[in-house]
Amino acid sequence: MVAGLEEAGDRSGPGRARPLAQAFREEWGRVLATLIGFLGDFDLAEEATQEAFAAAAERWPRDGTPDNPRAWLVTTARNRAIDRIRRSRTLAEKTRLLDVPEAVEDTLDDTTIPDERLELIFTCCHPALALEAQVALTLRTLGGLSTDEIARAFLVPEATMAKRLVRAKARIRAAGIPFRLPPAHLLPDRLAAVLAVVYLIFNEGYGGRGDLAAEAIRLGRALAELMPDEPEVAALLALMLMNDARRDARFADGAVVLLAEQDRSLWDRDQIERGRAELDRALALGGRGPYVLQAALASLHADDPQDWPQIALLYGELAQVTGSPVVELNRAVAMAEAGDVEAALSLVETLELDGYHYLHATRAELLRRLDRTAEARLAYGRALELVALDAGRRFLERRVAELP
Amino acid sequence: MEVSIEPTPVRLLRDHPDKEEAMKYVLLIHQGDAPTPYDQEGWGRLSEGERQEISKAYMEINEVPGVSPGIQLAAPDAATTVRVEDGKALTTDGPFVAVKEALGGWLVFEADDIDAAIELASRIPAARLGGGVEIRPVVEW
Repeated sequence: MVAGLEEAGDRSGPGRARPLAQAFREEWGRVLATLIGFLGDFDLAEEATQEAFAAAAERWPRDGTPDNPRAWLVTTARNRAIDRIRRSRTLAEKTRLLDVPEAVEDTLDDTTIPDERLELIFTCCHPALALEAQVALTLRTLGGLSTDEIARAFLVPEATMAKRLVRAKARIRAAGIPFRLPPAHLLPDRLAAVLAVVYLIFNEGYGGRGDLAAEAIRLGRALAELMPDEPEVAALLALMLMNDARRDARFADGAVVLLAEQDRSLWDRDQIERGRAELDRALALGGRGPYVLQAALASLHADDPQDWPQIALLYGELAQVTGSPVVELNRAVAMAEAGDVEAALSLVETLELDGYHYLHATRAELLRRLDRTAEARLAYGRALELVALDAGRRFLERRVAELP
Repeated sequence: MEVSIEPTPVRLLRDHPDKEEAMKYVLLIHQGDAPTPYDQEGWGRLSEGERQEISKAYMEINEVPGVSPGIQLAAPDAATTVRVEDGKALTTDGPFVAVKEALGGWLVFEADDIDAAIELASRIPAARLGGGVEIRPVVEW
């Protein structure tokens, strides 16, 4: 649940929050994007959008939800923004807006409100912003999460997150970061940046905070609608859906459960199939990029029994595309599952990932299978020194206890 | 679904020509480890072709529409830095920051947005030869 909604609910009294909550989730990003496109100013757009949602919280329960909530919200936000500009003498440079007549709700419908969420996400994920600022801005503007929620999700004080958002918005204005789709020659790099932000949000959630994973899937679905011809976009959605479908099986008693030991009856089969449908779409579009490969791997992992040699092969291809030693680590796990534990261990020992607890956990597991117990114990010890998440720690502690 | 073909206030405003206000940036060129003619040893290690390519790239940058070339600066080690303490001017030999971090040159670029400035900056040889280009927006009142 989103704190912004709870606040709106509190203001409008018990039992009244639902239509607004729904509209908030569905419309916040779209209304805000339209307002930013209209005003060219993040702060003013955000204030006006917030006012419009507050007005909705007050009026909709009393007067009924309007036929077209989006048009109502955009119109109201626009009129509030124009009021603010009229009242403010210091914003004289915006006087061009003063000649605009108050918009009437009837003049706006879905065919006339441009969907500018893509412009918004490309602005929020602009490489001239720090990654943490990109993530925070994306969750605030497109996701409609409150500052407090984002702060809690990333385990920083609310004041820190508020400062981060203020600075990011000021930077967009001061540095001249454009509110538009990147030109074709920049699109591949910029799209990769957008997808990286969405996937980072998902993985923050995958570590245990489910609301963030759901938010990332929502963003991924919106992107897939807005960019239906991009295989990597469909593939990222596929990947998130399939990984998320295994959520309930990933943790037991607060500890991480390995894929092989997961209770498959806890998997959300429908969601896995929805993920596979997105993967098929990505493959039909001719995709063979990193997210397509990862989604194909997620799909293979959902099979029973798993085709480990094929999985090892795809990890090899993915390692070549990404150059990532973490992917090589996964390839080693697949090799071990395919039966070649010795080769897997040799591969693991070539990887320069000394600060990564999964490397040591994997090495420990392989040593355990080779009955090299003393070395396994040392490797588990090193993994435990490095592990940050409690659930992962409990898993490792159990593994150590199980050693002979 | 009803489709309106009339232009709406939203569209009209978004397409308002005033929306594209040009930005002005100063690009500060830091040579870092990049070889320059001031550094005989590093410059001498380059082939004649490489030296010509670098000079040509700088000349081309100066001719990009919107670029106002800066005045050429002598090498950072020719700098003198002044601080005033107790009303007394203290001078030190060299730039305010370390020689490697010192400003090597600059230009002014008028462009639509930072994307154009990033593209121009990435064409400046220092950026790929071990230095970096800092993009600073100009404040206009």
